[in-house]
Amino acid sequence: MKIAVVSGKGGTGKTTVATNLAWVLSQKGPVQLLDADVEEPNSHLFFHVKYTEEIDVEILLPRVDKEKCLLCGKCAKACQFGAISIFNTGVLIFDNLCHGCGTCSIACPTKAIYEISKQIGVVKIGQIDEKLTFGMGLLNIGEPSGVRVIRELKKFIDNSRTVIIDAPPGTSCPVVETLRGMDYAIMVTEATPFGLHDLKLAASVVKEMNIPMGIVINRASEDYKEIEEFAFSNDIPILEKIPFDRDIATSYSKGSLFVEEKKEWFERFERLYEKIAGVIV
Amino acid sequence: MKQIAIVSGKGGTGKTTLSGSLSFLFENHVMADCDVDAPNLHLLMEPKLLEKHEYFGGKKAEIGNSCTSCGACMDVCRFSAIIPGTTYKIDPYACEGCNACVLICPEGAITLKESKSGDYFLSKSGDLPLSHALLFPGEETSGGLIAEVRKLALKVAEQKNRKYVVIDGAPGIGCAASSSITGVNYVVIVAEPTISGMHDLQRIVETTRYFRRNFGIVINKFDLNEVKTDEIICWCEKEGIEVLGKIPFDPEVRNSAIKAEPVVKNEKSPATRAIREIFQRLMEIV
Ligand code: SF4
Ligand code: SF4
Ligand code: SF4
Ligand code: SF4
Repeated sequence: MKIAVVSGKGGTGKTTVATNLAWVLSQKGPVQLLDADVEEPNSHLFFHVKYTEEIDVEILLPRVDKEKCLLCGKCAKACQFGAISIFNTGVLIFDNLCHGCGTCSIACPTKAIYEISKQIGVVKIGQIDEKLTFGMGLLNIGEPSGVRVIRELKKFIDNSRTVIIDAPPGTSCPVVETLRGMDYAIMVTEATPFGLHDLKLAASVVKEMNIPMGIVINRASEDYKEIEEFAFSNDIPILEKIPFDRDIATSYSKGSLFVEEKKEWFERFERLYEKIAGVIV
Repeated sequence: MKQIAIVSGKGGTGKTTLSGSLSFLFENHVMADCDVDAPNLHLLMEPKLLEKHEYFGGKKAEIGNSCTSCGACMDVCRFSAIIPGTTYKIDPYACEGCNACVLICPEGAITLKESKSGDYFLSKSGDLPLSHALLFPGEETSGGLIAEVRKLALKVAEQKNRKYVVIDGAPGIGCAASSSITGVNYVVIVAEPTISGMHDLQRIVETTRYFRRNFGIVINKFDLNEVKTDEIICWCEKEGIEVLGKIPFDPEVRNSAIKAEPVVKNEKSPATRAIREIFQRLMEIV
């Protein structure tokens, strides 16, 4: 079973849920934890990971062979991202605008364009212990989009294990890329009007992708019931409520798992998983 | 006119708490909410909508009826956006609109179509103009839309002769975060004293330096883990980065959030005092 842990925005406790859940489940059977939050991967900070593999994620950038180039401008015209300009001295390529799509090579009538590869990030694969394997993607600074790093990371999904993926925050492309092919989405939100607003956006993506979901309310408070009302009226189950607790925040800040410090929570996470497993079969 | 962006390596560090409060303290300014994935500032301001603009972020390919299933498009698409079948189809979420398939298709069956990927707005809360946006769920990274939000804020600031544009930046280090800080006069980076916070801080500092912006750091909830706070301060000293201030962990911040109010409205809160000091320091700098 593949479960994504999602939130409309960062800092709601997504990583807390993903890491603690992965740990709890790994006490019972084989689990794989993947961190797809490639702009800011944090899950690895909660474990000692022994890395076994590191794979570069690369894109292809065009280069122009001056000898063959006629300065005809067809490449610049074909490029949809404004990454090519033609001057009478030659063709200029703006690497940081280039998506590496290869369209300019197709458009060039004289085959003057060749490609070189450029690393845009890495995928790291490793092991926490026998029961818990780990993988993460890391996007290089200054790179615009982590989608390819996520795609590369997802190639390492181990279907023999229960897979927990810490998704990127938000609702844009990288989140969709992460959610593709998932069996369930745990929506983590906090009990504030901001949390509710962002939850609604994220839930609309998950719903459109036809993935069953449930909500974990983090920093839950009796003063703010609107999340529960939203869940009820949209028929989304509330899986768990984690109260606003300074101890939990402190364990997070130290990089430790609060299920290890608070035994009661170990069992609560087990029950959370049972609720999900009951839905999917 | 000065542009000031408030950013953080990731969301939830208290970036909007701070920018919402700073907005309350600033005078003669325009606000821009560049967190177009999860815009929250308008919840704090209860603004009145003045203008709505459509944002066409890019193009997407579409395959028409003349497709003979030759598979040529699938060979050239580097974004796994082509779904094979009796007639081929495009996965609009994966398609980046690069045009490669259009050029290669022997039947001329593929066209690129403009696609709307969000809206941006100009609103007003009292006398304060706010530009903000909403990216449609599942759309591609939001740099272009953020650029529109900033352009709109700048235009209004010029028209109304405002002195500052205060930007609630997008979290992360990717294209959205970059678009929030390019060309600004000063960047306020919000950090939290957690093991991951330190890691996120270093990445956003590197990003800010990459764009050669002046910046300083605010540590939020500093007393939650004073060891980590000291670590951040030491690191900043070593790197020659100014720490603009420290905001204590304060239940009032949360209560204000539940009420959707900026915390500085509450004069007695310890966080308010800290934010006021940060504001003073910021005014000296910019
Ligand atoms: S590879 Fe694509 S994005 Fe890059 S320059 Fe060529 S056409 Fe433009
Ligand atoms: S299309 Fe080819 S020949 Fe024409 S300008 Fe571009 S690189 Fe040169
Ligand atoms: S290249 Fe054109 S004809 Fe061939 S499969 Fe693609 S759309 Fe169909
Ligand atoms: S436009 Fe580019 S990304 Fe979209 S389907 Fe065609 S080749 Fe793939």
